[in-house]
Amino acid sequence: MSEVLMSCFLFNIEDKSYNGGGIGSSTRMMDFLEEPIPGVGTYDDFNTIDWVREKSRDRDRHREITNKSKESTWALIHSVSDAFSGWLLMLLIGLLSGSLAGLIDISAHWMTDLKEGICTEGLWFNHEHCCWDSDQVTFEDKDKCPKWNSWSQLLISTEEGAFAYIVNYFMYVLWALLFAFLAVSLVKVFAPYACGSGIPEIKTILSGFIIRGYLGKWTLIIKTITLVLAVSSGLSLGKEGPLVHVACCCGNILCHCFNKYRKNEAKRREVLSAAAAAGVSVAFGAPIGGVLFSLEEVSYYFPLKTLWRSFFAALVAAFTLRSINPFGNSRLVLFYVEFHTPWHLFELVPFILLGIFGGLWGALFIRTNIAWCRKRKTTQLGKYPVIEVLVVTAITAILAFPNEYTRMSTSELISELFNDCGLLDSSKLCDYENHFNSSKGGDLPDRPAGAGVYSAMWQLALTLILKIVITIFTFGMKIPSGLFIPSMAVGAIAGRLLGVGMEQMAYYHHDWAIFNSWCSQGADCITPGLYAMVGAAACLGKWSDSNDCFLVVIMFELTGGLEYIVPLMAAAMTSKWVADALGREGIYDAHIRLNGYPFLEAKEEFAHKTLAMDVMKPRRNDPLLTVLTQDSMTVEDVETVISETTYSGFPVVVSRESQRLVGFVLRRDLIISIENARKKQDGVVSTSIIYFTEHSPPMPPYTPPTLKLRNILDLSPFTVTDLTPMEIVVDIFRKLGLRQCLVTHNGRLLGIITKKDVLKHIAQMANQDPDSILFN
Amino acid sequence: MATPWAGLLRLGSSLSLSCLALSALLLVRTADAAKNSEDVRCKCICPPYKDIPGHIYNRNISQKDCDCLHVVELMSVREPDIEAYCLRCECKYEERSSVTIKVTIIIYLSILGLLLLYMVYLTLVEPILKRRLFGHSQLIQSDDDVGDHQPFANAHDVLARSRSRANVLNKVEYAQQRWKLQVQEQRKSVFDRHVVLS
Repeated sequence: MSEVLMSCFLFNIEDKSYNGGGIGSSTRMMDFLEEPIPGVGTYDDFNTIDWVREKSRDRDRHREITNKSKESTWALIHSVSDAFSGWLLMLLIGLLSGSLAGLIDISAHWMTDLKEGICTEGLWFNHEHCCWDSDQVTFEDKDKCPKWNSWSQLLISTEEGAFAYIVNYFMYVLWALLFAFLAVSLVKVFAPYACGSGIPEIKTILSGFIIRGYLGKWTLIIKTITLVLAVSSGLSLGKEGPLVHVACCCGNILCHCFNKYRKNEAKRREVLSAAAAAGVSVAFGAPIGGVLFSLEEVSYYFPLKTLWRSFFAALVAAFTLRSINPFGNSRLVLFYVEFHTPWHLFELVPFILLGIFGGLWGALFIRTNIAWCRKRKTTQLGKYPVIEVLVVTAITAILAFPNEYTRMSTSELISELFNDCGLLDSSKLCDYENHFNSSKGGDLPDRPAGAGVYSAMWQLALTLILKIVITIFTFGMKIPSGLFIPSMAVGAIAGRLLGVGMEQMAYYHHDWAIFNSWCSQGADCITPGLYAMVGAAACLGKWSDSNDCFLVVIMFELTGGLEYIVPLMAAAMTSKWVADALGREGIYDAHIRLNGYPFLEAKEEFAHKTLAMDVMKPRRNDPLLTVLTQDSMTVEDVETVISETTYSGFPVVVSRESQRLVGFVLRRDLIISIENARKKQDGVVSTSIIYFTEHSPPMPPYTPPTLKLRNILDLSPFTVTDLTPMEIVVDIFRKLGLRQCLVTHNGRLLGIITKKDVLKHIAQMANQDPDSILFN
Repeated sequence: MATPWAGLLRLGSSLSLSCLALSALLLVRTADAAKNSEDVRCKCICPPYKDIPGHIYNRNISQKDCDCLHVVELMSVREPDIEAYCLRCECKYEERSSVTIKVTIIIYLSILGLLLLYMVYLTLVEPILKRRLFGHSQLIQSDDDVGDHQPFANAHDVLARSRSRANVLNKVEYAQQRWKLQVQEQRKSVFDRHVVLS
């Protein structure tokens, strides 16, 4: 224990963690006089961690603390604080994520409205808050007040006329371009990892991959700042995916304060799972949905303990955000739904239609977006990221300004679409003709649409087309971008259009059989707001191969009731089946495959009858496996092997003739140990023998001193025989999180299978390009 | 012997973190409590009824007085219609914290401003300064791949970082250089080779 503590004081704490300390194996008792060398037991960038080693290290650490706790009260306090540290860390993650989400929300609201005008009395207020306590808002025009001045009013002191319209248009486009330019420059100069959504990379990191700097403090700062800029520039993107990235960055940074999590990559990933749950929780105001998202989408291993901790972090984050109160009405999300009108059984038919639309949209989007991203990756288009962002922003802004539904921010659009029209609403979408005399303002019967509704329908249809097309080009640009909100917008628009259509049909044809049996005259039969909600849930459908319960739970938490569970589930299921019929992968898995990350899908079945010897390296005509012997190689020999090959690890055998396996040693550990030995240990030269056994081999006199490297040797590598079916091998890799597995034949070492080989084999079997797997 | 001190340090850091967390919570609570008296309103929306046009009323009134009779100007409404008119009105009590909004926007804009200044310095000012100091003999940084071309040089790097640096200024300079190298590596992976985050 003391060695571990001493070693952690020897080097700086950085966000590119160096997990110090030796390997937790039983040889530690013999080596306690030796200090563990700093750097041994850490991983290179773009490499996979060894889950088994990390977990066993944590168990050793825990065992030591528990054993020591019986010795003194101090040790007892230490063990209690160790157990309590996990919960404290969750609390801190929740607080930090909630505060950052509040900052992002408030700033994004203000900057979005900055494109249209400014509040002369209190520059920091957005449009809604500027007119908050004004006495001069009218019923027809709920947004007009003297304190809020649009740009045309400020620049040419008039509000009306063609010239004022042009000035407003010009300022809108100018602000949009400025925000987008600032966003992409900041990303390029300070933190290139801050672009994109972040969820595919976080998924890969949580499965055991290391990307140094991806969850660091610069990435956090830049992602927060540029997310606000990107959202404010009017581009068709959301902030849910980046909020998950921000929350995971908070989790990673706060891990450095706790020894238990800083030094162990496996424990850290548990914390990151909980942080991802907190991220979704603040994005939607749905803690349970957040935990389910983390469980289904992002995490690879999710023990039960993590479930409780994730829930705690998500609740704390939601509570913090609510305390900051970004929307002034104690709601977490802008589009919280409050109506409770019942739905009818025949409405399942349009809901299923919406599900089919959602599935088609999902499949279309994934295909086209991946094709566009591939084009960006391989052709000249990828060389001009800044210009690309500016061009897309210009097109979006120029096309968005004339239509009021594209000009408003997407969250506002969704909340307006979810809104059920009552007597108190005076927007264009609620311009119904009131032909009745009742005095209650609650449930209104179905009413015929006025002229405002028809023009709103046209504008919404144009909005739908614009959003469908522009989102394909926006997602994947070099600025933080999320996908949930634009998809919800597409679904909500489609739903509302269908809902209004159904409503008018029910009004004008109330003598048809279906309407007659369920809708009585003068009752509120069809609620277009519900159709918008169901449409939004349907279009969120295709994130991954598995079932997406978290979407339904999020929609249910947004609506606050169980009444609409059946329509939501029907639409979500239909959408998923349609999308599955058209293409297997979800959007995040498709991006993982596009980037070639070594992500071993945990849920797919491997159904081919190949054997381990078909996959292992070396293949039949390749040179023999590069091995180290346990006590007959010199330092120079080992250094030659290391510099001539690029393997990340070497098996150690008793001798080249017998090829009996002793253990496995990692390249990085070898390099660091040899370098350290050359500097620190007396007499170690190039002709010194390296031995991995317990005791030094007998040496003739006058030979240089030997170098013992047993403490970096993994004495329990996993082995399979060459006739093991690949099904079992793939299962072992998945369940244990292995990085490599040795293959033996009749007890002798024959070859090695690495995770990359497994992935290539799976890709080959699925007729995909096996060369697209880039990393190891 | 290091155990008690290390344990003390860890306990101290956990305690300080808990204190930080509690103080953050308290701050949030007091921000709520120390409301500006102008940050409350009672919003009554009254739809049109017969010949009375629709109107919205915003008043700075406490929660118990937030109803139609106190807020709505009933001068223009005839006696028998008042009840019907008021039944249709919906009055809601809302609070906000303008201090929170102001502080948040100021924090955001200051961080953004600092970052922009630093970006201008890094991209424009520093190369000019460097060129003046070192003349035209620019040191071209070697384009190392992410891979392990010089394994032992990397190991040297790892071990060197473990030694503590005495001079603070040296430390800052060293940290900044390392950070710049990292960002350059990241930029190469993301923008040039399109390896990560296509």
